[in-house]
Amino acid sequence: MGLTRRLVTVCTLLIVGLGCWSGLASAQGGEAIAGTFLNREDGNKPVAGVKVDVVDSSGKKVGTAVSDDSGKYSLDLPGPGTYTAKLQVGSLPKGVRLTDTKKTQLTVEVSEGRRRAIIFPFGKGIAGPAGALDRLPGTLLDGVRLGLIIAMTAIGLSLIYGTTQFTNFAHGEMVTFGALVTWFLNHDGGLPVLWSALIAVALSAVAGLVLDAGLWGPLRKRKTSPFSLMVVSFGLSITLIAVYQLFFGTRNRPFTEYAIQKPLFSLGSQNVPPRAIVTIVLSVVVLGAVGLFLQRARFGKAMRAVADNGPLAASSGINTARVVRLVWMMGSALAGLGGVLYSLDQGVNFLEGQSLLLLMFAGITLGGLGTSFGAAAGCFILGVAIQLSTLVNFSETFRVPPSLKNVGALVVLIVVLMVRPQGVFGRRERVG
Amino acid sequence: MNWSNLFVLTVSAAIGPEAVRYILGAQGLNIHYGYTGLFNFGQAGFMAVGAYGVAIVSASEQAGGLGYSVWLGVLAGLVAAVLLALLMGVPTLRLRGDYLAIVTIAASEIIRLVIRSERFDWLTGGNSGINGFANSFFDANPFDNSHRYEFGPFEYLGKDLWVMLIGWLVIAFFGLLTFLLMRSPWGRVLRSIRENEDAVRSLGKNVQAYKMQALVLGGVMGAVGGAIYALYQNLALPDDFVTRTTFIAYAALILGGAARVGGPIIGGVIWYGIFAFMTNLVTEVSGTYWFKSASWLPSIVKDNAGQFPFVFLGVALMLLVVFRPQGIFGDRREVELDAR
Repeated sequence: MGLTRRLVTVCTLLIVGLGCWSGLASAQGGEAIAGTFLNREDGNKPVAGVKVDVVDSSGKKVGTAVSDDSGKYSLDLPGPGTYTAKLQVGSLPKGVRLTDTKKTQLTVEVSEGRRRAIIFPFGKGIAGPAGALDRLPGTLLDGVRLGLIIAMTAIGLSLIYGTTQFTNFAHGEMVTFGALVTWFLNHDGGLPVLWSALIAVALSAVAGLVLDAGLWGPLRKRKTSPFSLMVVSFGLSITLIAVYQLFFGTRNRPFTEYAIQKPLFSLGSQNVPPRAIVTIVLSVVVLGAVGLFLQRARFGKAMRAVADNGPLAASSGINTARVVRLVWMMGSALAGLGGVLYSLDQGVNFLEGQSLLLLMFAGITLGGLGTSFGAAAGCFILGVAIQLSTLVNFSETFRVPPSLKNVGALVVLIVVLMVRPQGVFGRRERVG
Repeated sequence: MNWSNLFVLTVSAAIGPEAVRYILGAQGLNIHYGYTGLFNFGQAGFMAVGAYGVAIVSASEQAGGLGYSVWLGVLAGLVAAVLLALLMGVPTLRLRGDYLAIVTIAASEIIRLVIRSERFDWLTGGNSGINGFANSFFDANPFDNSHRYEFGPFEYLGKDLWVMLIGWLVIAFFGLLTFLLMRSPWGRVLRSIRENEDAVRSLGKNVQAYKMQALVLGGVMGAVGGAIYALYQNLALPDDFVTRTTFIAYAALILGGAARVGGPIIGGVIWYGIFAFMTNLVTEVSGTYWFKSASWLPSIVKDNAGQFPFVFLGVALMLLVVFRPQGIFGDRREVELDAR
């Protein structure tokens, strides 16, 4: 059977591909402790000349690091393990004091090949957690970023649904794919994050192409029932997650660059690192480009035509199979990029796609299943809303801790389906 | 490698307490998908509700529970499953089938997030779950809890035998119930909803009510599975109810054959047997000197070797659904459903 052969090829490619990257992992080393000292009291001015002693788990001193003029310090470690960083309080310049005067030492676990950030905050501390009003601007910015990322990843899911009536439960794994490829290229391959990300997005597009040509296309031709397709995507998701965990492990790991950044400016009680602004600008540009493409370009119009009415589009001479293939490539590339941008802030996790998938479903339902602009708008609104929900903190019994913010997505999902199942921007007939 | 030991382990796992939970989950999915054509991808959520129902209600008050009897706890789990079915069914059952799929998979994941959140630590024990609530369940055990009973090469602890006895009795009961229900006029309506919803509606049947009843019934079966598993472990853990749990139950159903009373039972035994075999095989292999000293394998792969069975089983499920969607006993015409 051609299909079996192709299936086997896809799986082998995936496994071999991931194997190659992790094969690069043999060149390990480079464990370090690093950080930046900034004085909050003094407009986040760097603090130079601060000494930090680092001792290993047996109490043996590894070395002393001194912060330079930009407030940065780093110390190479002999290997992975548990280390304690002790601040030499006497080395602090005049007028600079610790936010928490009792916290002069911190213990961290440093895993293979990883730089751990240890930061001792300076300047007068804010008494207790910041108030909701103080946190509002920063949280809003986080929400905008999250919303844009979800919108970017969801476009593929929505277009695939629109053109082939197929709910792809493995779409989240494309998000993780982009992040993981970037991580392996960056961490093990030693490439800068930027180049790694570009390659990862290209590879995501290729993965989308391979999946459509090798798996979903043939299944469509066999006229596999939608239920079977959903279960196949379920199985694919389980397989991919297991493969990811095999080669990446369960730990959350950051890229080697941009993880520690000097804040660009402060919003309320929150510092805004440059990566947040870059993520937002890049997302807006990419989403705008996709929007223009769908509105103006020939292929974009064809995509919307196929999504609107497949048989009619086919009979007007549009090559439906080619359009669908392009949808898969574009959707997967956007998902991969979304994964990279998400991980820039959150670190890479083998399950990140799966948790984003729930948000995508809720956002798409809010916007309208099968519409591309509606879905993007719905996802954006949802991202902002669930991030803002973490501000709810009226009392001990009525508050939303960050670990529960995604629950709001389900509430949105259920309320939308009860009140307006076609979504805010959808049309009634799609609901069926 | 000790093959006879591997064989014994596999066979005893295939009918053991863990297989029981997947079989019960699959029996519920059989009502949903097999007979009614509902796409419930959140069976793990029903199982979680059943497990935490019994755990919260019957844990002692010092442990943060309510301190009632185990039987009341199981009942509470079932009531919670009914409520969950209503919550998911009311908004989705009048819509296309894939909406139910999305809502159920999201709900089951959200339930897991809620019970493992530190926010509800006082109620659900967060990450580490609730333990030590099943003592009165094991007090009622006619076997000696800590005695090893031998059946040829197979050995079972008295407490395992008790769980298996209860579990298989419940499986037999649900099997009989399904058999009788599907022969009744009620079951015929369910099957006709699967075949042609509009036709059923035009005959004056309240399709939505029937779907809801099916969703509740299958959800309750899953909840019983979750409760029995929690009692067996004397522990309710949030991460026992990840999406994979639903996947294993579905795989069991499809392998055995949907819309057949025996499908989920035979399928569950075989599928969980394969799963246990692979898990044990990986444990054996990863314990060998050859594996430990294989320098070509990255250490992270060795640490996560337990994921190998899932790689193969995911692929196996894909191939099964594509090439033999009717499984062992099913009828292909009955299981090729479109998303309504």
